[in-house]
Amino acid sequence: MLNFTVKQLAAEIAARRVSSVEAAEFFLKRIKTLGKTLNAFISLDEEKTLVAARAADALLAAGQGGSLTGVPIAHKDIFCAKGWLTTCGSKMLANFTAPYDAHVMEQFNAAGTVTIGKTNMDEFAMGSSNETSYFGPVKNPWDITTVPGGSSGGSAAAVAARLAPAATGTDTGGSIRQPAALTGICGLKPTYGVVSRYGMIAFASSLDQAGPFARTAEDLGLLLNVMAGFDARDSTSLEREREDYTRELEKPLTGLRIGLPREFFAEGMAPDVAKAIDEAIAQYKKLGCEMVEVSLPNMKLSVPVYYVLAPAEASSNLSRFDGVRYGYRAPEYGDLIDMYKKSRAQGFGAEVKRRILIGTYVLSHGYYDAYYIKAQKLRRLIAQDFAAAFKRCDVILGPTSPGTAFKIGEKSGDPVQMYLSDIYTIAVNLAGLPGMSLPCGFDRASLPVGLQLIGDYFGEAKMLNVAHQYQLATDWHQRMPQGIETC
Amino acid sequence: MSLTIDDVKRIAHLARIEAAPHEAEQVLGQLSGIFALIGEMQAVDTAGVEPMSHAQDLMLRLRDDVVTERDQHAAFQAVAPQVEADLYLVPKVIE
Amino acid sequence: MMKWEVVIGLETHAQLSTRSKIFSGSSTAFGASPNSQASAVDIALPGVLPVLNRGAVERAIRFGLAVGATISPRSIFARKNYFYPDLPKGYQISQYELPVVQGGSLTIMVGEVEKTVRLTRAHLEEDAGKSLHEDFHGMSGIDLNRAGTPLLEIVTEPDMASAEEAVAYAKALHALVQWIGICDGNMQEGSFRCDANVSVRRAGEPLGTRCEIKNLNSFNFMDKAIRYEVRRQIELIEDGGRVVQETRLYDPDKDETRSMRSKEDAMDYRYFPDPDLLPLTITPHWIAEVKATMPELPVAKQTRFTGEFGLSDYDARLLTQSRAWSDYFEAALAASGVPDKTVAAKSVANLMTSELAAALNRSETDIAGAPVTPHALAGLVLRSADGTLNNKMAKEVFAAMWEGEGDADAIIDKRGLKQISDSGEIEKIVDQVLSANAKSVEEFRAGKDKAFNALVGQVMKATKGKANPAQVNDLLKKKLAG
Repeated sequence: MLNFTVKQLAAEIAARRVSSVEAAEFFLKRIKTLGKTLNAFISLDEEKTLVAARAADALLAAGQGGSLTGVPIAHKDIFCAKGWLTTCGSKMLANFTAPYDAHVMEQFNAAGTVTIGKTNMDEFAMGSSNETSYFGPVKNPWDITTVPGGSSGGSAAAVAARLAPAATGTDTGGSIRQPAALTGICGLKPTYGVVSRYGMIAFASSLDQAGPFARTAEDLGLLLNVMAGFDARDSTSLEREREDYTRELEKPLTGLRIGLPREFFAEGMAPDVAKAIDEAIAQYKKLGCEMVEVSLPNMKLSVPVYYVLAPAEASSNLSRFDGVRYGYRAPEYGDLIDMYKKSRAQGFGAEVKRRILIGTYVLSHGYYDAYYIKAQKLRRLIAQDFAAAFKRCDVILGPTSPGTAFKIGEKSGDPVQMYLSDIYTIAVNLAGLPGMSLPCGFDRASLPVGLQLIGDYFGEAKMLNVAHQYQLATDWHQRMPQGIETC
Repeated sequence: MSLTIDDVKRIAHLARIEAAPHEAEQVLGQLSGIFALIGEMQAVDTAGVEPMSHAQDLMLRLRDDVVTERDQHAAFQAVAPQVEADLYLVPKVIE
Repeated sequence: MMKWEVVIGLETHAQLSTRSKIFSGSSTAFGASPNSQASAVDIALPGVLPVLNRGAVERAIRFGLAVGATISPRSIFARKNYFYPDLPKGYQISQYELPVVQGGSLTIMVGEVEKTVRLTRAHLEEDAGKSLHEDFHGMSGIDLNRAGTPLLEIVTEPDMASAEEAVAYAKALHALVQWIGICDGNMQEGSFRCDANVSVRRAGEPLGTRCEIKNLNSFNFMDKAIRYEVRRQIELIEDGGRVVQETRLYDPDKDETRSMRSKEDAMDYRYFPDPDLLPLTITPHWIAEVKATMPELPVAKQTRFTGEFGLSDYDARLLTQSRAWSDYFEAALAASGVPDKTVAAKSVANLMTSELAAALNRSETDIAGAPVTPHALAGLVLRSADGTLNNKMAKEVFAAMWEGEGDADAIIDKRGLKQISDSGEIEKIVDQVLSANAKSVEEFRAGKDKAFNALVGQVMKATKGKANPAQVNDLLKKKLAG
């Protein structure tokens, strides 16, 4: 059970060699032991999990199961799940039980998967190390003194540590891809609009997109098949024909043009990361791919642009947390304004407050044009760079993160250093393109290195094909952190 | 455009976040670093570039004018900090 | 002393008559129990998203067409950020830089003078909830039923120069939005709310500093509030003071405006395009579709009523004061069965502008609730036109119809109200009257015209008012001349 992929476990459950209840109990036991050490989960509800597992078993017994029926999945605590505590990693929502399901949850429930628990995350998805969570940092199963990345750090750590065969995450500036890279697993951020944002607690609405974590590209395709789909409740949800994201997995890569952005390889990458990426490039050449140099000249500005646009949207999105209708209200206060100020000062952590202040400032009178409009113009230039690059290649390849997992506490005192660790992922969100990370080696400290693939709009199936063919030829994705088999 | 302590106080008030004086000083230090990073944007000429608000250049989809919601106030108010007579209670609103 | 000029611009929030809210599927019905019509979207639960109601956009298009405005092919929803407990998201979704309706104008009558008020824009936005100030242990209660109700905010240029003009504009706009079916106009329920931007200046000087007055929820209050505010500003300046730009609230109990504390620091709204909503696109095809369903507008109707039916400008204006009035007029006219449309129209118009208007006034009912239906009025018009009733009798029948005594023919029968148009019968009575009133006859012949009226009166009295007045006149003239 430990090393089953989603595909394998689903097949076992469908064949009734393993029951959904057995699978759930197996992973719950691991979560309650190893999961505690890693602090990967914020909440469990064994009763709900087992009820869902029994229902899945009953469905299968009646011959009515679907392809993923009964498979346990861990969900990032950013998705509202009816009856579940949904905290978004914040004290503000520490007691918030969601009264409705996010579209993503509805999709998984309809597929008959079983929610195994809600995973830890950076508060309101703001962070790259999972250190901003009100519920404490998540530890990287490869080295528990290091971070798992963020903001979906709990989901990534859970999959890497075999606490669940798969998990969901969200990615606003790299929050799926970077933790996938730092924990040696696969994670995919779809094209903006492919997965509905309804019920996913908003950070930066024009950038947020949900996606899956798993250990193989093939699993990502199966999970994306469940998560994707039009939802009329999200005005930015795309009305498209349903597609099978696994349909191109087996295509050979002969003649595929892989774009290598000059700017990705210029500087800043740790030497061990650069080495692993070079080896991956060599592997792709062996698979018959052609390497094309492309340029993303404005990519270097993606971090500043992001740190204007995302905080601006966040400052507005987080205004609803005012202590009136739900969430934290300060125990003592004077008048109305004091109630707001104290509730928000006490309910939000330092990083969230920092970003609210940045966002408030860049939108405020007299600064809007210089910051917000300027950033939106640069956003277009960045998107145009990608459009030009995709005229010359089928998929773009590079590192996911400039380094491997860093020590807990190493960057938490220096926001700018932390922000710069998202240098390779952020531009993809700004352009709204799909991107993914897959493991491609280890550094000298035996920490995993992530390889990033970036597809053109709606190029998820192509990207998964490129990743799957690599995984057929390599075994990085089968490596397992030491000492996690028994717990 | 360097940030001042008054800016920090002003935006903290606008954002309705209480900031004690020593916190404001600390925040000023951090924000100044971040705005130095953000300031790099000004190096690029963006004259004539259309601002980009959305990842896709699409038009807004509209809903038909039909009532689809039912009364759920009991469920919604179960998580509210303070409720009386089906109303959310807040410190006195002065107009 | 220099003469003062008053400059007024109005901002009107018209609640659009959609069934559901602008961004959610909650009902907009008025008067539901607290928070029972506040959905997940309306109370801004974490994770919820807005989806725009087509019906709200369609109403904005109708308005744009009615005032001859430009309907933006592409308009943008923006977030207006401020904290207030009746604003659940901490921002209001509104339109800022690119509103759905731009320009246009409205022609109004100020007394007998026609005036055109230019419109700046009209934009779609959501309403806020309500703060209830009854005391809950020193706290306020928040009801979010109204949160998310669609509003069209209609903004004028500063084109009005008096409270009278402002009220005339507001009334004309109030009639128009109901006329085109986009707003129920119910001011008690807050469906039509005006804010006035008022400033004063000495003639020839640049615009003065303006104050925005809120809470003008009746035309009467608007009139009083603007008059008060104008006085206040003039007195302030004449005493050497300065007008401060601020938001003021009209207090009808004290008949004064006062500064609103709560708005003092809310000036930096940090508008930015709402990332949850893509640009609103309105195609020429959609505009054409809406145009095809537009009712004939008041001005066009007035022109038709004067041209086609020969009504006076005054009558035509009265009859097009609202959609309900003109509908009533046209329904009564169609049902009258009088062959000469001009005669019938004049008769319907007379009854409506005199008897009906007075009765409505007395009973404080509006025309939709009138106990005399257009069909019933048509029955009365027929009997006036065919000579059965004279004017006086018609009034009596109308009054009886109003009291619910039945239709015109039943009342005529019951009360024996047939006009005497038999010339032989009238001649007999005229002769009797002439011989019994020799003194009046003498006076008339001596040149006293008044005496003639006295004689007509005597004939009418003798016939209990049933004689056809025209015939009586003719006969008397003939006899007196002979």
